[in-house]
Amino acid sequence: MTTTTTAAAATTDVSKDRSQARQKRMIADHFHKLEHAKETGKKVVYTFVPGNLTELIDALGMLPVLPEINALQSGMRKRSAEYIAEAEKAGHSEDVCTYVKCDIGMMKAGNIGPTGTRLPPPDLLLLSYTGCFTFMKWFELLKQEYNCPVVMLHVPYQADGVITNEMRQYIVDQLERVVIPAMENVAGKKLDMQELEKRLALSAKAEDDLVAVWESARHRPSPIDGYFGGVYYIGPIFSAFRGSEDAVHYYRELREEVTARMATGEGPVTPDGTTNEKFRIVVEGPPNWTHFYDFWRMFSREGATVVASTYTRVGGLYDLGFRHDSSKPLETLADYCLGCYTNMNLPSRIDLIERYIKSYDADGFLINSVKSCNSFSVGQLLVLRELEKRTGVPGGFVESDLVDPRYFGKANIDNRLQSYFQMLDAKKRKGAR
Amino acid sequence: MKCVVGIDLGSTTTKAVLLDERGSVIGQGITNSRSNYAVASAVARDEALTAARFTMLQRAFEEEQRLGAVETQTLLERLSACFRLEVYLAQLEQLGHEMSRLLAGEQYGRHRAETDAPARDILAECVRDAHLFFVPGARRRSDFFRDLAGAAFMAGAERRAREGQVVFERIVALFDRAIFDVETWLMNVEFATLLSRALDRAMPEVVTDAGRGETRKDIKAIVDRVATIPIEESSYVGTGYGRQTLPFPKEAVRSEILCHGRGAHRVFSGTRSVLDIGGQDTKALQVDDSGMVTSFQMNDRCAAGCGRYLGYIADELNIGLHELGPLALQSTKVVKINSTCTVFAGAELRERLSLGQRREDILAALHRSIVTRAMSLVARSGGIRNEFTFTGGVCKNPMATKVLSELIAEHYGSDIVINAHPDSIYMGALGAALFALDDLEAGRARLLPA
Amino acid sequence: MTPERVDPVADVLARAEALADDLDLRSVRAFKDAHPGALAVGHMPIYSPRPLFEALGCLPVAIFGGGDQLDIIRGDSYFQSYICHIPRSTIELGLSGRIATLDAMVFPSICDVIRNLGGMWKLLFPDRLSIYLDLPQNFDASIGGRFYAGELRRIARELESKGAKPLQAEALRQAIADENRRRECITALDALRHEDPSRVRASEAYTVVRAGAALTARAHADLIDEFVTAAKRRNVRHFDNVRVVLCGSFCEQPPLALIRSLEKAGCDIVDDDFQLGWRMIEGRMDVREGEDPVDTLARAYIEQGCPTASRYIADEVKGADLVARVRQLPADGVIFAAASFCDPALLDQPMLEAALRQQNIPFTSFKYAENTGQFQVIREQAGAFSDAVKLWGASA
Repeated sequence: MTTTTTAAAATTDVSKDRSQARQKRMIADHFHKLEHAKETGKKVVYTFVPGNLTELIDALGMLPVLPEINALQSGMRKRSAEYIAEAEKAGHSEDVCTYVKCDIGMMKAGNIGPTGTRLPPPDLLLLSYTGCFTFMKWFELLKQEYNCPVVMLHVPYQADGVITNEMRQYIVDQLERVVIPAMENVAGKKLDMQELEKRLALSAKAEDDLVAVWESARHRPSPIDGYFGGVYYIGPIFSAFRGSEDAVHYYRELREEVTARMATGEGPVTPDGTTNEKFRIVVEGPPNWTHFYDFWRMFSREGATVVASTYTRVGGLYDLGFRHDSSKPLETLADYCLGCYTNMNLPSRIDLIERYIKSYDADGFLINSVKSCNSFSVGQLLVLRELEKRTGVPGGFVESDLVDPRYFGKANIDNRLQSYFQMLDAKKRKGAR
Repeated sequence: MKCVVGIDLGSTTTKAVLLDERGSVIGQGITNSRSNYAVASAVARDEALTAARFTMLQRAFEEEQRLGAVETQTLLERLSACFRLEVYLAQLEQLGHEMSRLLAGEQYGRHRAETDAPARDILAECVRDAHLFFVPGARRRSDFFRDLAGAAFMAGAERRAREGQVVFERIVALFDRAIFDVETWLMNVEFATLLSRALDRAMPEVVTDAGRGETRKDIKAIVDRVATIPIEESSYVGTGYGRQTLPFPKEAVRSEILCHGRGAHRVFSGTRSVLDIGGQDTKALQVDDSGMVTSFQMNDRCAAGCGRYLGYIADELNIGLHELGPLALQSTKVVKINSTCTVFAGAELRERLSLGQRREDILAALHRSIVTRAMSLVARSGGIRNEFTFTGGVCKNPMATKVLSELIAEHYGSDIVINAHPDSIYMGALGAALFALDDLEAGRARLLPA
Repeated sequence: MTPERVDPVADVLARAEALADDLDLRSVRAFKDAHPGALAVGHMPIYSPRPLFEALGCLPVAIFGGGDQLDIIRGDSYFQSYICHIPRSTIELGLSGRIATLDAMVFPSICDVIRNLGGMWKLLFPDRLSIYLDLPQNFDASIGGRFYAGELRRIARELESKGAKPLQAEALRQAIADENRRRECITALDALRHEDPSRVRASEAYTVVRAGAALTARAHADLIDEFVTAAKRRNVRHFDNVRVVLCGSFCEQPPLALIRSLEKAGCDIVDDDFQLGWRMIEGRMDVREGEDPVDTLARAYIEQGCPTASRYIADEVKGADLVARVRQLPADGVIFAAASFCDPALLDQPMLEAALRQQNIPFTSFKYAENTGQFQVIREQAGAFSDAVKLWGASA
């Protein structure tokens, strides 16, 4: 081994951990702040990932909490079953979204968050009504529980696949005259527009690097897994950190790590170690959280790498070109909200997945149809047929849930996935002959 | 001779199919699935081997022509039945051993004496009456030891319980424990020995004594020869799901969806769409011209749309599963059933009966309901292309096939050829065997662990 | 049979039933034949501004799915098992050609199922208009009202581009006036029900209201009027039933037989949210001096829109409206009847139940599907509820 290779290897080893370590620290920091919010007088805003206005929240010196992320964390830590049971005992229907029930149950159990510390109650519920009907009910429920102010931001649906001036104006009007005043009221100070603009500029920087990370998957082999690995990458950009210096560093570091892996031809790190890329897959739909690693293994075991996914775009679709534009702060926030994946109409979603399949040279696509989420799930069978028709690439279809373990039938999903990969394999062999 | 093996570990039954090197089916076997998967596989494989030997016997007799065509058939039938009888007797003997072993155990303590004698008596009766299951024209519910011995034993136990000779639960419990062990026991009596005993029984019935000593000697020679021809398994593939682990190494496993598609296509080479309505799940597949699955949809969570739905209905009406179809065919009036949920099937049935609707009409509607659900799955998987093959236990239900044909004609046109095969239960194992053949030809064959 | 023995409503009710059962939209085709060039605009629940469509010379056609009369063959293949039934039957209606006479379909923003169904419609029927109606969740006239008025104008433009008559203020004012009249007739019908549910059974009121699905406001008002007049002449038999408000059935409708089952089981439904769209706007819509009637429509929704699961609660108290209605009617209790898997109804329910509990108002709940075929369990439950309320009143 030459010196240069050793040096390169050394750098890779060191930098491999850097972005991860940073993210860990960022999260720990954030929860520490939350834990001491009362003492420090920091106000707490609960909001949602799609349409999250992190820059605005931070510009006003407040701390965000994302109940969706709490719920998925509860799922990964195997607490969600008991939380859901609590909520159902309290009268919530078995038919409704398990994120909501998990959150309600977690609240009833003392609101202990994923890091083991109690989460502070909200000073404000910022109801960013983007891409999901259930969000509205969620915060109506929480309002009853916490008896705190709620402010609604109605983000219109891109029903025709376009953003109109009227839609943008509606959001800007709400921001100016309803949302920001409500937030200022809680924060106890006026919004300094420059603070917002500063953060928006930082967001754009981070977004550039994030897109580079996504697009690295075009490489063969892909240095990332754009779904299972991807959910770790979206943490900073979708939650409390977009608009911060930390996030800019994180995505810069991540990009460097990914670039280094591209240079050495390494694939992503999976539960089975680094595997050989046999299949390139595009995935539509949220992951299952209760059996996250089991689900991942069903892919990695077969050498299947996910090169692109739609779920990792729920908090913003940057690879189509959108960047936060600090020169038009309110308009850009509006465009950001409008562009989140679940706010796109079905035909546009299909176009996007088709684009991913083609530009990432995928062998197949898979739909994980999730019981809880009508926003994603309704129409997915049509999506399946349309995509097969348009791309000629085989589509797989499995059914599970977000955080209710009762709906993850391991044997059934295993059966379907194994069959799907064997199908892809046979197709490849046939093509090769 | 060389062969390849395909094994399908289903939820109720385990099937095995043997192909020769040219890919012709030489034997298929079936047994009830049980908790020891390796044993279930081995038993199914043994059954298939038995069937293979009978196939070889058939060929040998046809070649040697020592008997006329009719006599050959009769002899083979009787030989097969007598062979089954010998197997059954061997299993009954083993059952006796197991019961003795259990009785000697501690838990029987003071009940030993009072259970021991009746148990032996019942067993002796079973042995005495065993041949009745296998006389010409006898109809057996199945060939599974559990079914045959179970029925016989229960009858004996009930009678004695009524006469106060024995506590029913205790003797039944003894039987249940013992049979569990018998099923896990692999027969160690040589196939050739059993076949020879069977021939001793069968021969006098068919080839009578008078002046045919030479013929009988020749036949015996043929049978002995065929019974000991070495059959070498050169490759195998296993399939099945719903298990934590299959008793095969990973490389020897293929998805049962792919196996099923391949098998259906092998039986009906024009097949492009397959619908399998099994007991526990339903699947709809599209296959290409080489039998490879190109898309599929599963209903693996909801009982409605599966055979189980009909099972509940049969239970509700207190009739046999096989009676549902014929009864439904006698419907004269269209009744609308709306709820397809199995949980409410019983309630809906009772309500309609109480409203005065006829069983036949309600059943017809229920059949329509389950088939419609299955059709939905087919539509999801890509529709129906010519030819369409219908498989699974439900395909034997005449009402189901009738409704299916009607719906297909209505929605996909009357040009669609609909295939159904009485042996469709073997399609998964057949597909697995074909994959095993592929593996053999590609030089990556696996062998079944001894 | 002597004239007095014939139920005075029999004739008008029969006509209403025929209209309500018209899944093939025969009456719509007849209308289009009689008005060449007129478009038929279908709209899904909950609410659409029908006066706008009428002003454009279109016939609004309320679509509630296929109910219990439709065999679903293809519709089911588009939806997973944990999705409600109405999109299946609606797709079935579409694919089977039954509603081919509709030139456009409007999908109001009530939940993600209907929202995505609109997208599916675009893909499945690209030659027909699929229009999303994004109802505002901000109720400030200059913000949400402005946006909503913009939506209405956008929809008008889309229909015009498809061949509808250009929107004229006068036509819209007239349509609003017609709608006001229809609304008054419904109010009169409801008043009769509230006063004496034996005089107008819930199932009958249902049919009469449902009959308006493909009628102009004028024709519908006439029909309701006729029924109300006839109902006043009825000889009524009184039942010892409890008075209930039914809540949660604003989109996918239960089968009529289910409503009848509830009545037979001892519950008089004196108020409900079946087909809520007809009653969405409370009171008259008054076009102000110099006001563009499109703005009137928008304002009416903002200021007079009634509370329901798909409408943001804002600063109101959840359940206050329900409690007030129970007190005012008065009613003895509430029945929550939600379509299986209905997110709006099922997510709202615990909050509404909490409000009722606080006021000691008894309630019971069940789920249904539009094609539910057997009502045994529901009948027993409703019967038990009715008995309990009679025996123990508020503590039931």
